[in-house]
Amino acid sequence: MLNRSIAACFAAASLVALPVQASEVEVLHWWTSGGEAKSVASLKSSLEKRGVSWQDFAVAGGGGENAMTVLKSRAVSGNPPTAAQIKGPDIQEWGELGFLASIDDVAKKNNWDGVLPGVVSDVMKYQDKYVAAPVNVHRVNWLWANPEVFRKAGASIPTTWADFMVQAKKIQDAGYIALAHGGQAWQDNTVFEAVVLGVGGAEYYKKAFVELDMGALNSSTTDEVFKVFGELRQFIDANAPGRDWNVATSMVINGEAAMQIMGDWAKGEFAVAGKNAGTDFVCVAAPGTSDGFTFNVDSFAFFKQSDVNKQSAQKAMAEEILGTNFQEVFNLNKGSIPARLGMARAKFDTCAHDSMNAFVSTAQSGGLVPSFAHGMAVPGAVAGAITDVATNYFNSDTSAADGKAQLVAAIQAAM
Amino acid sequence: MHQNVKKQSVLDLLEAWLPKIIMAPTTLAMIVCMYGFIVWTGALSFTKSRMLPQWDFVGFIQYEKLFANPRWDVAMSNLVVFGVLFIAISLLIGLVLAIFLDQKIRGEGAIRTIYLYPMAVSFVVTGTAWKWILNPGLGIEKMVRDFGFTDFEFRWLVDQEMAIYTIVIAAVWQSSGFVMAMFLAGLRSVDDSLIKAAQIDGASAWQSYWHVILPILRPVFFSAIVILSHIAIKSFDLVQALTGGGPGYASDLPANFMYTFAFNRAQMGIGAASAMVMLFGVLAILVPYLYSELRGSNRG
Repeated sequence: MLNRSIAACFAAASLVALPVQASEVEVLHWWTSGGEAKSVASLKSSLEKRGVSWQDFAVAGGGGENAMTVLKSRAVSGNPPTAAQIKGPDIQEWGELGFLASIDDVAKKNNWDGVLPGVVSDVMKYQDKYVAAPVNVHRVNWLWANPEVFRKAGASIPTTWADFMVQAKKIQDAGYIALAHGGQAWQDNTVFEAVVLGVGGAEYYKKAFVELDMGALNSSTTDEVFKVFGELRQFIDANAPGRDWNVATSMVINGEAAMQIMGDWAKGEFAVAGKNAGTDFVCVAAPGTSDGFTFNVDSFAFFKQSDVNKQSAQKAMAEEILGTNFQEVFNLNKGSIPARLGMARAKFDTCAHDSMNAFVSTAQSGGLVPSFAHGMAVPGAVAGAITDVATNYFNSDTSAADGKAQLVAAIQAAM
Repeated sequence: MHQNVKKQSVLDLLEAWLPKIIMAPTTLAMIVCMYGFIVWTGALSFTKSRMLPQWDFVGFIQYEKLFANPRWDVAMSNLVVFGVLFIAISLLIGLVLAIFLDQKIRGEGAIRTIYLYPMAVSFVVTGTAWKWILNPGLGIEKMVRDFGFTDFEFRWLVDQEMAIYTIVIAAVWQSSGFVMAMFLAGLRSVDDSLIKAAQIDGASAWQSYWHVILPILRPVFFSAIVILSHIAIKSFDLVQALTGGGPGYASDLPANFMYTFAFNRAQMGIGAASAMVMLFGVLAILVPYLYSELRGSNRG
């Protein structure tokens, strides 16, 4: 009797204890707001349909700084996550340090070179092999407006920075907040970037903030940029310091504020709140930037793993990311456009169509520029220096000439 | 007889060595973890390290870059302002509270506990709570305006010049209770006969405190200053929670600077240089103070 029950116990235990070597991906990301979390959930569910389980490793902090810090400590301790949300020149830096795994076989099998635009696929490669998979293409130079607030204030949506000042004054006089803004360094920098592109144009932007040409940085255009940027200080409310970007978006959604200058991930927030493009909110290019497209490509980079199961899970995840189904569902939820070219447009809203058209046209006209505020254009040290100058300028009453001098000095020191 | 002597000496040996053996792990940990890593950080500050440590030595360049950075100037001046104000005000409030509590009042135990409570919360909680209290739209300004003083303004938290003082407020609130507890213990240990002698000599309460009791409390001042300055230099989480270093970087402290540059900006070389400068700054102030106090007490 005892023997049989012991045997039964062993049989039951062995059934339970046998570890099913399920493939699992541990994914580090910073998508924690409403729209973003929904988008991540879509990747998780499509992976689970393929039998790959998802271990979420979300680290909050809108610009990704905290997540990157955590990633460094994990990588150095020899236990990197399977995939991490790394983008831009950082991918090459991690590749140089020897941490990234090649997913070139998946790329070749699925013809990534054929379905991705050159400017995107270049960033995803290290030494000509794919090490990261692009998830989307964000356009950063958007102005989000609440048409109801504009109507009540008797103002129109501005298309140039000069007009912006006029309309913002009207809105302020009507008792609304003209520009909803979150006083965090990366947000100050995002607005600064929109002013640079709007006032200086794409050529100046590329020369000064991508190539870091001192002549362009020292020019009178920079004075003009800082002057306009300084004038924006009066149009944000007193509670802005420390505010998160999605809280600022909710101010526009609620009708407390008229406009926000933010990338197209703000559209996800409008979507989660059940608002419709064109009626409840309007998306236009940030003033002066209608022929420019500041891009920010989110991507997942894959870290070298010793476990074979994890490697196959990585490849499954890479394949899934560039698949048409995920590209469509994810970008519908996130507010961005697919990185993959040639996708069906029907389900995307008007803002996304604008974005897709602009992406193709600016790629040809030269107005397609990488976002320096979101780590796509220059290395972290220089981007940090620009951020410091921009946020200090915006939060103080530094003069435009001093601002320019600080910018030049900071960039030179960081190079 | 011979055997007994041997056994004795083994036990004697053990008795002599046992304290050292017990202290050995701690000492080893301290040597490696504290002094070893100080040396490692110092070495790192002379390299070209960016995202992760790289051992290409480049001399003093990182220090040059550090002192040319305007954000570092702000951080250092903030540390001086914050440190001096925090220590001075905490000592003053702690001492005053302790003297009042020492007057044999009713409910002393309860009041003492209430004053000590802030010490129990972490700096993150303190920072977050004070962030809400000092927020113009949510906290004190709104409350006073609701009382009817519609022109009242208390915008220190979002003012470039005044943000550092909000950090002083929150830190003083947290630590005064602890300083009070230290002084109370010190006051209780003062010999009654000394006070009575002073009273017989005709000293007023103020005079007996100033000339008799406070000098006796010198060791307590010393402990309080050492502990408070260690809290002041360590202040990273309070700044992160209360102002995030903002507005802009006006309320940055060197610890925040170091963290941002070493870990967020992939400039580990500058971060290490800033850590070494912080260390030397602290040593420059504390070592002479320690030396004078401890030498003095040995003589006395």
